[in-house]
Amino acid sequence: MKLYLREPAATFFTIGFAPMLLLLFGTIYGNKPNAFFGGRGTIDVSVPSYIALIIISVGFMGIPIATASNREAGVLRRFRITPLRPSAYIIANITSYYVMTALGVVALVVVGKVVYGVRFQGSVVSVWAGFTLGSLAFFALGYLIAGAASTARIAQSIGMIAAFPMMFLSGASIPLEVLPQSVRKIAAFIPLTHVVTLMRGLWAGVGWGRHLTEAAVLGGVLVVGMALSARFFRWE
Amino acid sequence: MNAIVTENLRKHYGDVRAVDGVSFEVRTGEIFGMVGPNGAGKTTTIECLEGLRHPSEGRLAVLGLDPHGQGYELRERIGVQLQESSLPDRLKVREVLDLFAAFYRRSLDWRPILGDLGLTDKMRAPFAKLSGGQKQRLFIALALINDPEVVFLDELTTGLDPQARRAMWDLVKGIRDKGKTVFLTTHYMEEAEELCDRVAIIDHGRIVALDAPRNLIGSLGAENRVVFFADGDINLASLRAIPGATRVEGSGGRVVVFGRDDDLVVRVVMALAAAKVRFRDLRTEQPNLEDVFLALTGKEMRD
Repeated sequence: MKLYLREPAATFFTIGFAPMLLLLFGTIYGNKPNAFFGGRGTIDVSVPSYIALIIISVGFMGIPIATASNREAGVLRRFRITPLRPSAYIIANITSYYVMTALGVVALVVVGKVVYGVRFQGSVVSVWAGFTLGSLAFFALGYLIAGAASTARIAQSIGMIAAFPMMFLSGASIPLEVLPQSVRKIAAFIPLTHVVTLMRGLWAGVGWGRHLTEAAVLGGVLVVGMALSARFFRWE
Repeated sequence: MNAIVTENLRKHYGDVRAVDGVSFEVRTGEIFGMVGPNGAGKTTTIECLEGLRHPSEGRLAVLGLDPHGQGYELRERIGVQLQESSLPDRLKVREVLDLFAAFYRRSLDWRPILGDLGLTDKMRAPFAKLSGGQKQRLFIALALINDPEVVFLDELTTGLDPQARRAMWDLVKGIRDKGKTVFLTTHYMEEAEELCDRVAIIDHGRIVALDAPRNLIGSLGAENRVVFFADGDINLASLRAIPGATRVEGSGGRVVVFGRDDDLVVRVVMALAAAKVRFRDLRTEQPNLEDVFLALTGKEMRD
């Protein structure tokens, strides 16, 4: 956790990136209610979408790169020779990533609220639960990438190649409504889309009952991702 | 009671036999060294004992435990310095120690350990800012933090300057003097000779000799040598007449007198003074582990 904060670039990316993006698009579009978004403004839609953006940047870039480079440098080897169990190591790391991601979300929401007076119609607990499900699912995938990649460089490439199309095609950075029909069809097969849909729905006050697909997909990703990443986790 | 028992350890990587049938015992409280050239199988052996690698064949017991099957239990009771490892660059020394202390059921207060290792003033320094020797000492601190019964040191002094190396030797002796068993590997014969109570010389995955360094050297039956450069002509026959001298070789002013007697050097100097021969760069050479290795394998140790 402390270590994370000592990496200024990573900290900036996790906490500062989404609020900045919000300011950028907020300046361009403002937050006027818009029939296009069912009476909500651009910001009202962007804030929950950007939560997905934070999640994927930590899950697909932060985690695989840090884990693989620690393994490459022999840091994990040094841990392995102690009685520390792999599960304890991963849980501790996930906790610290989770806290950092949550801080990023809080920063995003605060900027959204203070600067644009973002409208929030959902329940905090519900949004929090959705965020937690989404981030844990993507963290599990992140550890899977770390396990599959032999070096930090490869982990970085895989993470980027997987993350960038998802960021743009899932509606995380650009609302799906703006994208052509063909892209929206592809989006349905992208895991991140489900995070975006879930977060936007919960944010607008739609209940979990109408998001069973998203919950099921993310739950599935979480379980399969955890099983596979535990199977393929390597200390060296 | 033996701290480590190794019976017929083999480790194959495909067709490569990294360790090819190694058996030895390490006694409780001794410094046991495994010495040999790079690639001889030292690191493979030590990592099998630490439970990092799974032997292809053979039976291992460290403190009576199977390093592979009872790894977690064993790791509570051993300390390890790895040949290659690292820590996160920005982690500070004191944080490293707090973190690792938390991994063990029982751990020592790390402040005195840090003091013994001369790292107290580096407590707040991040790992990346430490010198090679300081990093190595920090790794020793980590190896001692759980008050282990057996300490494994793999190529402890590789990459250190001679002064830091000597300081490290004192530290290792200090570890033994606290009653711990030390298993170390090195490719410096000098280090093995200086440090180890017993040494196993390993080459091509096999142990070619195992004994106390002094016994190994003694078993060679090799002679001491007195070497010097003579200015002007010198009558070699007069040197051959020195009691205890077995052989004299001279070429281009460089003279070597061989003999078994410890007083050889005194007799040579007296003979030279009596004959009024001017000489320079006189030194004595004792046979060492290097010679043992050369005699046993027919090759020089130097990489």
